[in-house]
Amino acid sequence: MATDNNVILEIIDLSVSTEGNQILSGLNLIIKKGETHAIMGPNGSGKSTLAKTVAGHPDYLITSGKIKFLDKDLTLMSVNERSNLGLFLGFQYPIEIPGLSNTAFLKAAINAQRKFFDLKDIPANEFLLELKSKADQLGLDQSFLSRGVNEGFSGGEKKRNEIMQMLMLNPKLSILDETDSGLDIDSMKIVAQGVNSSRSENSSTIIITHYERLLNYLVPDYVHVFSDGRIIKTGDLELANELEKKGYEWLTQEK
Amino acid sequence: MTEQQNKEINEFLDKSYEFGFTTEIDSETLPPGINEDVIRIISSKKNEPEFLLNWRLKAFAYWKTLKSPDWSQLNIDPIDYQSISYFSQPKQSDGPKSLDEVDPKLLETYEKLGIPLHERAQLAGVAVDAVFDSVSVVTTFKEKLAEAGVIFCSFSEAVQDHPELIKKYLGKVVPYRDNFFAALNAAVFSDGTFVYIPKGVRCPMELSTYFRINEAKTGQFERTLIIADEDSYVSYLEGCTAPMRDENQLHAAVVELVTLNNAEIKYSTVQNWYPGDEQGKGGIYNFVTKRGDCRGNNSKISWTQIETGSAITWKYPSCILRGDNSQGEFHSIALTNNLQQADTGTKMVHLGKNTKSKIISKGISAKQSQNTYRGLVSMAKGASDSRNYTQCDSLLIGNKSGAHTFPSINVKNSTSVLEHEATTSKISDDQLFYCQQRGIDEEDAIGLIVSGFCKEVLKELPMEFAVEARALLQVNLEGAIG
Repeated sequence: MATDNNVILEIIDLSVSTEGNQILSGLNLIIKKGETHAIMGPNGSGKSTLAKTVAGHPDYLITSGKIKFLDKDLTLMSVNERSNLGLFLGFQYPIEIPGLSNTAFLKAAINAQRKFFDLKDIPANEFLLELKSKADQLGLDQSFLSRGVNEGFSGGEKKRNEIMQMLMLNPKLSILDETDSGLDIDSMKIVAQGVNSSRSENSSTIIITHYERLLNYLVPDYVHVFSDGRIIKTGDLELANELEKKGYEWLTQEK
Repeated sequence: MTEQQNKEINEFLDKSYEFGFTTEIDSETLPPGINEDVIRIISSKKNEPEFLLNWRLKAFAYWKTLKSPDWSQLNIDPIDYQSISYFSQPKQSDGPKSLDEVDPKLLETYEKLGIPLHERAQLAGVAVDAVFDSVSVVTTFKEKLAEAGVIFCSFSEAVQDHPELIKKYLGKVVPYRDNFFAALNAAVFSDGTFVYIPKGVRCPMELSTYFRINEAKTGQFERTLIIADEDSYVSYLEGCTAPMRDENQLHAAVVELVTLNNAEIKYSTVQNWYPGDEQGKGGIYNFVTKRGDCRGNNSKISWTQIETGSAITWKYPSCILRGDNSQGEFHSIALTNNLQQADTGTKMVHLGKNTKSKIISKGISAKQSQNTYRGLVSMAKGASDSRNYTQCDSLLIGNKSGAHTFPSINVKNSTSVLEHEATTSKISDDQLFYCQQRGIDEEDAIGLIVSGFCKEVLKELPMEFAVEARALLQVNLEGAIG
């Protein structure tokens, strides 16, 4: 495919295995600047595997194919390099780091990114002001910032924390892996507003979800349906609504 | 864990010891070996009063009857006590003097260690006593402290200037009969730090001592004695480094603390002795006896230690809670890497009524190192309504290291309350991946996870040193999966 500087992520004929099991097989996907893509599909179809592979999780082995991020070969980069270049993964199960404050963690993350671009550390005041405003936006209490990273957070708090980190890091591509699971309606609205506020012509988003509910708030440009490690159908919000009514079997049997 | 990750982690762990340089300085060093003459020479060099020489000789006679202890989990090569030199001092130094007279090379050494002794350049409000090999070379801010009535000087000076205090308190908390290394120390101790805070005085600045072993084949045997008279308060910090040498060097110190009614001592240690190389060659044997006597009612002693160095660490800073309502605390971070071994913990001996103790121990083990918490909480019959809270957390990095916990509890009354909590955890691949996904490299990620694990203890350190301690953990720990 020719170089197109509007392409953020380009996945070509990607096959991935983990613990000896082939999960993705021959996946193709192109994400352009400013686009929002939703990925749906039954359990085990490879949605989370895609997210983790793109982020560089060491348990996932690329057996064939290519992943390009900003026209660079992603597979040659370390996990933190990918992040510093603007790749963000919202975790399905955010990890706890006891004792390490949310604030200290985010500051280290932001300064790592700045260091990558030869910038000085962020001034403490600037950082704190921004952090507080993002926390407010997501309805997170100030006390939340001094608590350990995800330590003892409720499911909803964890997901909101992911979105707060995303807003602070200002990524070029965000992959949100089931960010809506375990959220009540109010939390989902807040999270959706957070995601929407981050959307711009320069940032792209992949939303992995089981439910159309979140997608109704976010209105993706494309909806892809995964089955057996590849995309079997692509459409728009209509497709998600149809899936909600008919279930995945409708598509997997059709295939 | 991928190969690449393993490699990175190993590189991180293999960071070399920063303070491994030696100082070329003329020293007067006694030939190796220990006998009565050596003890007499040390004593006469220091112009000691009769009582002190006699005490040393009694200690030596007792030590000769003892065998090196072998009850712990430690794997110690036999130590040849006749091959160690028991006294070494920079030639020019006859004892602490003004900074202008101190050999510039010594000042440079402390400069390199990040401890500028020039008072102007110092950390605001911290007075320093610098002990180089066997002697104290300089003590800063003496005059300012004297105005407040605080005595802060080398042990040798205290023997000359305040023999009555030495006679009254020396060996009362840690008698020479206490253990093998305490007896050895009593026989040959060369110098150390002495602090006396008079009644009703809150010491106006942090006090600190920096210990440096430089000379080869020497041992360091210092004694620290801190007395907080009624209604007084002092915060004291000690730091330790040594050059990289192939042979093991012995550090056998004794620390005695006494608090009278309503007094408080906060004692912090940042121990970064040379740990030996990755194959376990060289490094300091850190065999130290530290004990505080909460003699007065409502008095308090709190120990905070950050133990990152030494080939082997063997120490149990303890509190005798003698006064009614007295309090003892022990906050510890012990980090071991490569082939380091640490056997550390505390003893809280409750004697007075309504006494309280708190133990927070954080052990971190990486590579093939072994890290042991060993503790005793005892409550005597008369220690009614006493309380103890113990929390022992171990963090394993990689899958070849070991963490061991040996708590011992001994209660002789029915009104006391004890709580014990223990956890063992690992730095998980998921935690590392999470940090790295946020742009943080593996090295910094491990540092952050460990500093989170140690948070409760780090916050006990005086502000000026908390940053230093964090950096030290990072350096000593980095890349700890193997």
